[in-house]
Amino acid sequence: MKTYEQINDRIESGKAVVLTAEEIIDYVEKKGLAAAAKEVDVVTTATFGPMCSSGCVLNFGHSKPKIRMSEAWVEDVLVYTGLAAVDVYLGATQLRHGDPANMYHPGEFRYGGGHVIEDLVAGKTLQLFALSYGTDCYPLREIRTYFTIDDLNQAIMVNPRNCYQNYNVAVNDSDKTIYTYMGPLEPDRKNANYCSAGQLSPLLNDPYYETIGVGTRVWLAGTHGHVYAEGTQHAGGGERTPDGVPKDGAGTLALTGDMKQMRPEFVRGVTLRGYGVSLALGIGIPIPLLNEEILKRTCVRDRDILAPVIDYSTNYPQNTGKVISYVNYEQLRSGRIELEGREVAVGSLSSYHKALEIAHLLADEIRRGDFRLAEPIAPLPKDTTTKPLVIREKAS
Amino acid sequence: MSQTVTKKLMLFFPRCECEKPIIYHLVKDHNLVVNVYRAKVTPEEEGYLVLDVTGTEEDIERAMAFVKTFNVSINYTGKGVTVDMDRCTHCGHCITYCPTEALYIADEATREVAFSERDCIECLACIRVCPFGACASAF
Ligand code: SF4
Ligand code: SF4
Repeated sequence: MKTYEQINDRIESGKAVVLTAEEIIDYVEKKGLAAAAKEVDVVTTATFGPMCSSGCVLNFGHSKPKIRMSEAWVEDVLVYTGLAAVDVYLGATQLRHGDPANMYHPGEFRYGGGHVIEDLVAGKTLQLFALSYGTDCYPLREIRTYFTIDDLNQAIMVNPRNCYQNYNVAVNDSDKTIYTYMGPLEPDRKNANYCSAGQLSPLLNDPYYETIGVGTRVWLAGTHGHVYAEGTQHAGGGERTPDGVPKDGAGTLALTGDMKQMRPEFVRGVTLRGYGVSLALGIGIPIPLLNEEILKRTCVRDRDILAPVIDYSTNYPQNTGKVISYVNYEQLRSGRIELEGREVAVGSLSSYHKALEIAHLLADEIRRGDFRLAEPIAPLPKDTTTKPLVIREKAS
Repeated sequence: MSQTVTKKLMLFFPRCECEKPIIYHLVKDHNLVVNVYRAKVTPEEEGYLVLDVTGTEEDIERAMAFVKTFNVSINYTGKGVTVDMDRCTHCGHCITYCPTEALYIADEATREVAFSERDCIECLACIRVCPFGACASAF
C-alpha cells in the first residue's frame, strides 16, 4: 500500500519507478504482483486519436474602441460568442464558412475548427472577423484583425468528452460505401475500423476509476491539464468482462489545459471525408500504484479487451443497439478479424505509435520530477448509463 | 538480348502535344511494356502521364529520345504521390485502403507506418482517406 503523498515524495526526490502500461505487463509477469507493487510507483497510460467533443475558450482582449462580439469567425470558422464581450468558444467540428459540406457527396472537409486549433497551437497568424450590434459601452460594430496565440490573454482547451474508455469497431453491412466518423466503410463488410489505444488506453488501465477522477492531473498535448468533470455520455455502468473491462464505450473524461503550453504535434486537425472535421489529441494519464489491485488492472492486455463490432449502415444510425460480435484488440491490431466466418481487413483511427510515444514522454517527466500526481477531489460515477433522446409529439 | 528494366516516369505535355499517339509508338516502335497509373490529357490544355515502362535499357533510351522530339518533359523521379512523414501520425488508417501495401506497418512493436514509393501505383486512395493530410499528389 502506498499513498499519493509517498509517491509524490519519491517523484520529487527523483527516485520514482515509472513504467508504461505496456512495460508493466512483462515486468509483473517476471517479478510477480507483490514484488512489482512494492517496486513500481506509477504506470503511464496514453492515447492519441480524434476526439470530437473538444474545443477552446479564447480571450482576445479589448480593442480601441471596444467591441462586444455578437458573431465572430477565426479563419472563417464560426466561433460561439454567447459569452462575455471578447470571450469565444471555438469547437473542433465547426466547418469553415461556405464549406459545401456534403452537398457534393462525399464532401472533402479540408479545414475546420480542429485545424484552427492546430494552427493556433503551431503559432500561426490567424484572422479574426467579428460583428456586433453596438452598445453604449461597446460601440465598435465590426473588427477584422490578425493575431497569434501569444496575443491572446487566454487560450484554454475545454473538452467536454475525451478518452473514451473503449470503443466500437465499425463495419458496413449495406451494398454501398458509407462515409462515417469512423472513416469510409466499404460495402459487405469489406473493411472494419477501430479507434482505441487498447492496452495503453487510460481508462482501460483503471476500469473502475479508482485513481482517475475529477481533479486528476493529466498530460494534455504536452502540457499539464486536469480532469474537470466526468465526460459527457460517461456511462460506467455498462456490461463488463469478468475482469472488469467494459465491453462498450463506457467511461469518458472532460479535460482542460492551457493551450499556450501545448505541443503542435499532439494537437492535430482531422478531416473525415463525407463526414466532417475534428481534432486529434494526445493524452497521457499516470496511474499511481496505490495497491496490488490497481497494479493488477494496469496489466490488462490487448487480448483481454473486447470491442463491439457494429454495423454503421443501419444499426448505428437507427440506434438499434445490435452488436454483430466482440473482437479483442490483439485481433484488431493484426490487421484482420474474422466476422461470422469471413475475414475482414482492419484499420485504425487512433495512433498506437503516438500513444506509446506519449506514455514514454510522461514516464520521463515523472522520473525527472517534473510531473506530480494529483489526488482526485471526486470520483467518476461507476453505475450510470446514457439516456436516449426521446422524440415526443408534444410537451406533456 | 540484354536484361529488361522497369522505370517509373512522369511525362509532361505542353498544350499542343496531347493528341499525338505517343504511347502507341512506345509500344509499337520501341518494344516497351507500358503501365499507365495516371493520365490527364485534355485537348487544349497541358497534360501529364505517370507510367511504368519495361524494356531493355537501349529500348528505353531510344524511346525517351523519341518522346523528347515532341517537346515533352520527362521526370524520372516518379514522385507523383508523397507522404509527409512529419504530418503522418502513424494511425494506420490508410493501410486497408492501399491496394499494394505501399503504406504498411514497418515495425509491429511501435506500430510505425512507412511508405514504399516503389510499390505505390498512385491510386490516390490514401489522399482521400488520410485524416491528417499527410498524403499528397504532385498534380
Ligand atoms: S492515414 Fe495518414 S496519418 Fe495515418 S498512417 Fe496513413 S499517412 Fe499516416
Ligand atoms: S496512392 Fe494508392 S497505392 Fe499509392 S500509397 Fe496511396 S493508397 Fe497506396
